[in-house]
Amino acid sequence: MQPYDLPDEFGHFGQFGGTFVAETLIEALDELREMYTKYKDDPEFLAEFHSDLKHFVGRPSPIYFAERLTKQSGGAKIFLKREDLNHTGAHKVNNTVGQALLAKKMGKPRVIAETGAGQHGVATATIAARLGLECVVYMGSEDVKRQSPNVYRMKLLGATVVPVESGSKTLKDALNEALRDWVTNVSNTFYIIGTVAGPHPYPMMVRDFNSVVGKECLEQMPEIANKQPDAVVACVGGGSNAMGIFYPYIEHKDVKLIGVEAAGEGIETGKHAAPLTSNSKIGVLHGNRTYLMQNAEGQIIETHSVSAGLDYPGVGPEHSWLKDSGRASYVAIKDDEALEAFHNLCKVEGIIPALETSHALAYAQKLASQMSSEEVILVNLSGRGDKDINTVANISGISL
Amino acid sequence: MSKIKVTFEKLKEANKSALIPFITAGDPHPKDTVQLMDTLVENGADMIELGIPFSDPMADGPVIQRASERALNNKVGIKDTIKLAKDFRKTNKETPLILMGYANPIEAIGVENFIQLIKEAQIDGVITVDYPPEESREFVKKLNEQKIDSIFLLSPTTEDERIKLIAEQASGFLYYVSLKGVTGAANIDIKQVSEKVNNIKKYSDLPVAVGFGVRDADTAKSVAEISDAVVIGSRIVKEIEASEKNHIFSNVKKLVESMKNAIDSSKAQ
Repeated sequence: MQPYDLPDEFGHFGQFGGTFVAETLIEALDELREMYTKYKDDPEFLAEFHSDLKHFVGRPSPIYFAERLTKQSGGAKIFLKREDLNHTGAHKVNNTVGQALLAKKMGKPRVIAETGAGQHGVATATIAARLGLECVVYMGSEDVKRQSPNVYRMKLLGATVVPVESGSKTLKDALNEALRDWVTNVSNTFYIIGTVAGPHPYPMMVRDFNSVVGKECLEQMPEIANKQPDAVVACVGGGSNAMGIFYPYIEHKDVKLIGVEAAGEGIETGKHAAPLTSNSKIGVLHGNRTYLMQNAEGQIIETHSVSAGLDYPGVGPEHSWLKDSGRASYVAIKDDEALEAFHNLCKVEGIIPALETSHALAYAQKLASQMSSEEVILVNLSGRGDKDINTVANISGISL
Repeated sequence: MSKIKVTFEKLKEANKSALIPFITAGDPHPKDTVQLMDTLVENGADMIELGIPFSDPMADGPVIQRASERALNNKVGIKDTIKLAKDFRKTNKETPLILMGYANPIEAIGVENFIQLIKEAQIDGVITVDYPPEESREFVKKLNEQKIDSIFLLSPTTEDERIKLIAEQASGFLYYVSLKGVTGAANIDIKQVSEKVNNIKKYSDLPVAVGFGVRDADTAKSVAEISDAVVIGSRIVKEIEASEKNHIFSNVKKLVESMKNAIDSSKAQ
């Protein structure tokens, strides 16, 4: 069997990925790729990265056997990888620590980021403060309104938050605006992308930094569950938490990898954010080729999900590859199912999960009920849900 | 020989630089587009760049972003853009016409289909902003088979090796982006641009157009002195945006005229 060694040197995962950017960005991406190649196996850089992950982030994160959830589902045992216990409350911080250290090595005094729900923005602002870097975060003006606590968090951490008024005023537009900033300020600025999308080398680099999650699981699962999982389940927006836990398992062929997209109000309504599950066409956005929600003439269409972190019309190119190659499968969970899973985990396990993560939990419970009690499901509990309590309260008709 | 090449050769004989204005198809309204294109030609445009509206124009500044949004609100996408170009061709067979846009709309309607449609519309060249040469070899080959020019951008950060690579795939002309940033950004540094243009010419015999940041007649004149063509985009789109409805054509006329006069005076003996 051939070892999995994607992407190729041009960032292609089969027909997906690549470098689809204006010429003005090529030089910056070349520089980034060169520096990342130089440092990714550099012992000193890795020592610094892992030291920060241990002492600043609090890694390794534990794996927890969700006993009552398992009993309730009836079937396979459900284990949770507790990324919610990281500093800043989600898996996002793993990648930002890595990229910010790279920025520092490259002598870039300024970092920029895009953010949807604000988790990646908060993680970037946090590490920028820790390293003494100037930080500017682009955020769609709609999201600024919806996620005001995170906006204030970023400001507390010394970041400048720029509301983006163009397009649909959400995550994809924030990404466009961050790319525009980068083109303009390329000499002193490092762009910390928050997911496994963007032009090469971002999908690879973000995956690599975040794969610490899956690597820990490989070691922890035999200890706590006496075996590797039969299935790994993770939610997918851009897909960074899923890639982080999937990647080290790709060559473990007997481990099923399942990504859970946001079905919003239902795939059939068109109001969703599930490019893979809805069989969207392949397209080019934000520097890579991937499955993309678009109309017949290639205009990107608006997405819908109760969870801002999954509200993205594309998906990381490696997920498109994993889907087509059959190595991973993708399903979708609706808003109301995710909300039910959210409330359920709070009550049954004493953990408030992020709404993004709640999609993975909802599917894991369905799946568990179809499996035997000898089998094991590992869910990436990608983030905590404190950020979502206003959204959930609103939906429940409660004002806080 | 391509119409773009013929145009550049004629201008060269006359010792002149080309004026290439840009507008977005369907902005402010699809019924204005052909008349705007005619206005550009009547007042001195040597070629026209017609923008294909896209929902996520990541290389464009706010002015052209808004033009794209207005056009999309008018339901003008890639197919209507090509239709408008075809309408323009009904009365104008001569002026080279270049489409500028992003990869996704082209791929969405299918590369072969796109090329067939633009051939029928007698379009002369295509600039696909987010198709660097590495990702567009097949596309360029198919364009060239139909004798349509593939025009590429070069930036201040493009290194010599890469200029060579791009020049090999390019035809029609090379488009030098005169500053770091998006369309319509800050003012440009003529001396720096001049050095870059001269450097590009070491690697290619293609004419070099300069754009991004040309916002007044004086700049247009200075740029014309050191290059083969001046691209004026955001400045014109801004004029369209800022003009009252019944003054759009007269204001665009005045603006293009002044740019043309400035460019024509640049190389005068």
